[in-house]
Amino acid sequence: MKEITCIICPQGCRLRVDEDRDFEVTGNRCIRGVSYGKSEVRNPVRILTSTVRIKNGSHPRLPVKSDRPLPKEDLMEAMAVLDEVELEAPVNRGDVILEGILGTSVNIVATRDMAK
Amino acid sequence: MAMNPDYELVVIGGGPAGLGAAAAAYDAGLRRILLVERDLEAGGILNQCIHNGFGLHIFKEELTGPEYAGRIIDEIRERGIACLFDTMVLSLEDLGGVKRIGLMSMTEGYRHVTAATVVLAMGCRERTRGAIQTPGTRPSGILTAGTAQRYVNMEGYQVGRRVIILGSGDIGLIMARRMTLEGARVLACVEIMPYPGGLSRNIVQCLEDFGIPLLLSHTISRIEGRRRVEAVTVQKVGEDRRPIPGTEEVFEVDTVLLSVGLIPENELSRAAGIKMDPLTGGPYVFENLETSIPGIFACGNVLHVHDLVDHVTKESRRAGKAAAERVLGEKAGGDAPVIPLLPGPGMGYVLPQKIRKEDFEDSIRVFFRVREPRMTPGRILVRDGEKVILSARRPYMLPGEMDYVDLKPEILSAVTGDHLTLAVES
Repeated sequence: MKEITCIICPQGCRLRVDEDRDFEVTGNRCIRGVSYGKSEVRNPVRILTSTVRIKNGSHPRLPVKSDRPLPKEDLMEAMAVLDEVELEAPVNRGDVILEGILGTSVNIVATRDMAK
Repeated sequence: MAMNPDYELVVIGGGPAGLGAAAAAYDAGLRRILLVERDLEAGGILNQCIHNGFGLHIFKEELTGPEYAGRIIDEIRERGIACLFDTMVLSLEDLGGVKRIGLMSMTEGYRHVTAATVVLAMGCRERTRGAIQTPGTRPSGILTAGTAQRYVNMEGYQVGRRVIILGSGDIGLIMARRMTLEGARVLACVEIMPYPGGLSRNIVQCLEDFGIPLLLSHTISRIEGRRRVEAVTVQKVGEDRRPIPGTEEVFEVDTVLLSVGLIPENELSRAAGIKMDPLTGGPYVFENLETSIPGIFACGNVLHVHDLVDHVTKESRRAGKAAAERVLGEKAGGDAPVIPLLPGPGMGYVLPQKIRKEDFEDSIRVFFRVREPRMTPGRILVRDGEKVILSARRPYMLPGEMDYVDLKPEILSAVTGDHLTLAVES
């Protein structure tokens, strides 16, 4: 049994998710809590947002994100990979900075333009 | 108007509110628009909010702050709207119709421009240690969460290694996660109220995900350190929000981040003689977001602090359109009788604060914040004298969540009293 807070709306129901009973969700006040509770316990994922170094840009850091969610437990490892990245301006919003981080099919993309 | 102003509209501030207002004014027919921004680029606070979750209402997808900024900056570029960067507005005066705006920049020095209308979009700033009067020494390492956010996300500095956060506003929560990802240890988030200030989504994804404790009904009662912060004392507080003796716990930290509220930045508005609402910290406005000075409009966080940038964008579009209507003479305004809209029991504030009684074409959206959290269903009531003219059910009510009701034209036309009140049903 896992206890989590539902984040679908600000009420923040305390959900109890039973792994032994096919991820049965209780404690939800609405139907949306069921699918959130199941997926959050089965396979918790997060979009990673951070920054990487950039040379000759208008700022020393370029904001980036993963174009799809990563497993929650991989976030710190992905941060270590981003720490090694150094780019050169200019960069455009949406440019792929890093393909397939940590052997996944998830790309790291720039989230802003950065001129020289 | 005796003299022909330089611009039809000057927008003060190039964050989401200013950008939205300028684009909407252009779309409503204005061409001589000037947007003035004190930073080197447009986008405002969005540029440092690198996390995602913005734009679900307007763009129907989850964007990061810089992506959201990029999209609305594109809208300004496509329209060819003139922008002045690295330029501070120092004064705003109403010369009986025409507005005179004092500008200062490194390249142009001090000068004035005139405008038929002005949109105030200066945003807000963070409350600091001075505002909450935390006792102790004055070492380095005490920052507002937003300042730390700018240092970390835009300038590439790590601002601390062992961190405690005072206040559970969203920026503080976001920074708890950000500092952790960047290798710092966040020991706790301390909140004086018995409930968190930020969204539950941020409590979960920024604190619980990383095992950071949230200490409700606690405060930092002392900060210690000679050159750098060395430790803080955390204490439980009673219902009077005063520290309870005997509950002291010392945390060894080198950094204290403050997320203790936002203040609309209205020095310019006050100096111009615009009347202010002490409940919002922003100007009083009419239903079209016009302030007490005709032709000066306000939107975004300078008007009232918003939780969602999409609400700012929508509000700013209304302000830009209203400014255009004023310039193009589409709305007479001015002399119509005014119905004040007052916050009743349980209500923190309401906005707009005044409604002009004229031919109501559209619904009027009334924003409000309740004063106390309530997790059981209740009703929001709008009263004309004793008579309830609107009753809206809510499954729960939270002060941290800005809410609204729409007053339809038929309801407004039927108002007979001299004011309306908005209240939480007791």
